[in-house]
Amino acid sequence: MSDPVISAKNLDLTFQTNDGPVHALKDVSLAINKGDFVSFIGPSGCGKTTFLRVVAALEEPTGGTVTVNGMSPEEARKARAYGYVFQAAGLYPWRTIRGNIQLPLEIMGFPKSEWQSHIDKVLDLVDLRGFGKKFPWQLSGGMQQRASIARALAFDADILLMDEPFGALDEIVRDHLNEQLLELWDKTHKTIGFVTHSIPEAVYLSTKIVVMSPRPGRITDVIENTLPRERPLDIRDTPEFQAIAHRVRDGLRAGHAYDD
Amino acid sequence: MKSFLSILTVVAAIIGLWYAACVPMNIHEAAMQAQRAGAEVTPETAPERRKMGRIALMVKNPQLWGTVYAQDRPQLPAPHQVGAELWKTTWGMVEKGRAFSKRSLLLHGWITLSATLLGFAFGTLLGIVLAVSIVHSRAMDMSVMPWIIASQTVPILAIAPMIVVVLAALQVDDLIAKGVISMYLSFFPVVVGMVKGLRSPDGMQMDQMRTWYASRSQTFWKLRLPSSMPYLFASLKVGVAASLIGAVVAELSLSQNGGLGARLLAGSYYGQTVQIWSALLAAAALAAVLVWAIGVAQNITLKRMGFTR
Amino acid sequence: MSWFYGSLLFWAVAWAVNAQLSKRSERWVRFFVPTLFGITVLVIWEGMVRGFNINPVLLPAPSAIGSTLVGEIPTLWTDLVQTFFKGALSGYIIGCGAAVLVAIAVDRSPFLQRGLLPVGNFVAALPIVGMAPILVMWFGFDWHSKAAVVVVMVFFPMLVNTVQGLQASDALQRDLMNTYAANYRQSLLKLRLPAAMPFMFNGLKICTTLALIGAIVAEFFGSPIKGMGFRISTEVGRLALDMVWSEIAVAAIVGSAFYGAVALAEKMVTFWHPSQRGQ
Repeated sequence: MSDPVISAKNLDLTFQTNDGPVHALKDVSLAINKGDFVSFIGPSGCGKTTFLRVVAALEEPTGGTVTVNGMSPEEARKARAYGYVFQAAGLYPWRTIRGNIQLPLEIMGFPKSEWQSHIDKVLDLVDLRGFGKKFPWQLSGGMQQRASIARALAFDADILLMDEPFGALDEIVRDHLNEQLLELWDKTHKTIGFVTHSIPEAVYLSTKIVVMSPRPGRITDVIENTLPRERPLDIRDTPEFQAIAHRVRDGLRAGHAYDD
Repeated sequence: MKSFLSILTVVAAIIGLWYAACVPMNIHEAAMQAQRAGAEVTPETAPERRKMGRIALMVKNPQLWGTVYAQDRPQLPAPHQVGAELWKTTWGMVEKGRAFSKRSLLLHGWITLSATLLGFAFGTLLGIVLAVSIVHSRAMDMSVMPWIIASQTVPILAIAPMIVVVLAALQVDDLIAKGVISMYLSFFPVVVGMVKGLRSPDGMQMDQMRTWYASRSQTFWKLRLPSSMPYLFASLKVGVAASLIGAVVAELSLSQNGGLGARLLAGSYYGQTVQIWSALLAAAALAAVLVWAIGVAQNITLKRMGFTR
Repeated sequence: MSWFYGSLLFWAVAWAVNAQLSKRSERWVRFFVPTLFGITVLVIWEGMVRGFNINPVLLPAPSAIGSTLVGEIPTLWTDLVQTFFKGALSGYIIGCGAAVLVAIAVDRSPFLQRGLLPVGNFVAALPIVGMAPILVMWFGFDWHSKAAVVVVMVFFPMLVNTVQGLQASDALQRDLMNTYAANYRQSLLKLRLPAAMPFMFNGLKICTTLALIGAIVAEFFGSPIKGMGFRISTEVGRLALDMVWSEIAVAAIVGSAFYGAVALAEKMVTFWHPSQRGQ
């Protein structure tokens, strides 16, 4: 077994607030291997988004270690090791969709001759080929989020970090996007870290489910998903699926997610 | 508290720059005076000095730098000179029991202030009435509102001398004439702001009123008017500042009867730079006080209405 | 007197027409109604001056103003060049340009920004026009002092708007830039300046009015024998009010055209903003 792509050991992150210290992460240890699709699920304040942000070097841990591709998160960021997808699409309204996908390529200094091919490739991956010249506000919410995913894929990073990307969309669109995301993962073999609120989504998408709980933010359970890699949407009705979802729910209950 | 230190720093930097700027601005006069007193100045003759730039003259005569801060008619008075003049013409006058003499800035400030407040009060009233009619009558909205918006691009202040002269010819009292100009200037921001504010309740809230079969008057008093309060106070602040500027500019054409604008004009005619600066700062202080007062009224009113926490 | 009654009749008819038309909302209606209103005002004005034999020295009729305007075009043009093109426009460009540069310079220091915004707002509310005599003393009678007044008048409002604009990009977009390991310059040019454009254009529009007012009022304090402010104050002194009204008409037209040009540029640059998309 090769080295894990993302490795966290005894990670701590404490915020100092007016009401005293907040332990966003306490003693979090986790190993994510190449090609994994890892979901993080838990109630608000359990640290799942914070963990993702630490991996992305958007937050500094106050204790413990974390490495990405064997480097510190800061170095990994400079080496452009990952793409980040936020909760909101965050596309620039003054650029077309192609222009938005081009943005990281411009900043990272990709040669101009390569831009077209990169953009075309990722537009195909998210099935937005005909919409390149449109502006973000001309697209629906679901399509904007797909464009945001395309942007994160544009520069061929091996790791994709996604923070509740489908949270603002309705369930029908969400189902569709879940399917597409799995297809994409299958085609590109990326390592994906995915934060979600939705139990069915976590079980449907991932190879590994990390259940977290708040106060302090910690891992309650890590569940290896035994479902096959090929998953039609109907798999959500099978007893196997329900069993795993049940285990997730138990983990959440153990972490007091359902208490007031 | 955090911003207080920042503000203090910026203000201190401005005052520091002001003191520093006094040197090149006043250096020619300082050189002239020093030479008359027999001191050594480089270069020696006045014509040569006149041809020299300020920076060059400054660099050649470092010994004169300290003397630029106490001239009678400086090109740029130092902050403390202006401060002293301000003190002399306000509190100093009160101490001598001459608070309302012709030299007192308190008197002039009062003259300008009364015109400002008169104009502001009427401008606000007129503005609100017009805003209400625009919001409730489509005919008014379509015919008048475009002109009001367009008029914001017109330099209305340019009309001031004409209005003043016409009203004077009609033997209207000076105070009223100035008040008319102030009213004209404060009226526009109030109309624009109030129209925006009276239209600010969203579709849901207006629909709610319709389900209760509320009349237009009820909707106005219970929904539109309360929602417009933040917008009203924002435009009142702009309006009162505009009103003050209107009064000051009007006084340029009516300078025989005092006021801060008149002091400004007199200072510029007689080359009394310190007088100009102190009149300007007095007007600035007046503007600041007026805007602050409206801010206080805003906080009290909006807090009681639950707009702010 | 028949003039006056005639104008009242016109007013009644126009009012009825407008009242009917305002129930509709086609595009031509929205131009026609205010135009008819404006024409009505001119008609009533003309009617009152002729009908009541108002002293033309005090209030000239629109027809008199119109003929003066046409007759005095050379003078009006010279005044326009002096006041608007030389004084107001140059001051506008220098003042707004300086404000943007200063805003970018203090962008890296939140400490300075916290101090600059309140001070800037305060100074923007002051009667800056009062600095005109001082600036005439420093820069002389000609258009340079007027440009200087304009620079001081437009600098602070433009500075405040630009600083606010640079702060406008939200945390999410700035985080995105962080994930690309973008440096300060890349973030400034690709995110924060485009996002600041709506605010900057708001400032630019406000400053068009301030520039023209500043140049004209500054001329009240002294000017060579040309310029719109100069013409207004001297013609007022001679009670030749039709010339004064002509100058004001020119100022109104030029002021609106200036504002309109900036608004057009705004539409082209910030086409993406909800306010430009009719929302």
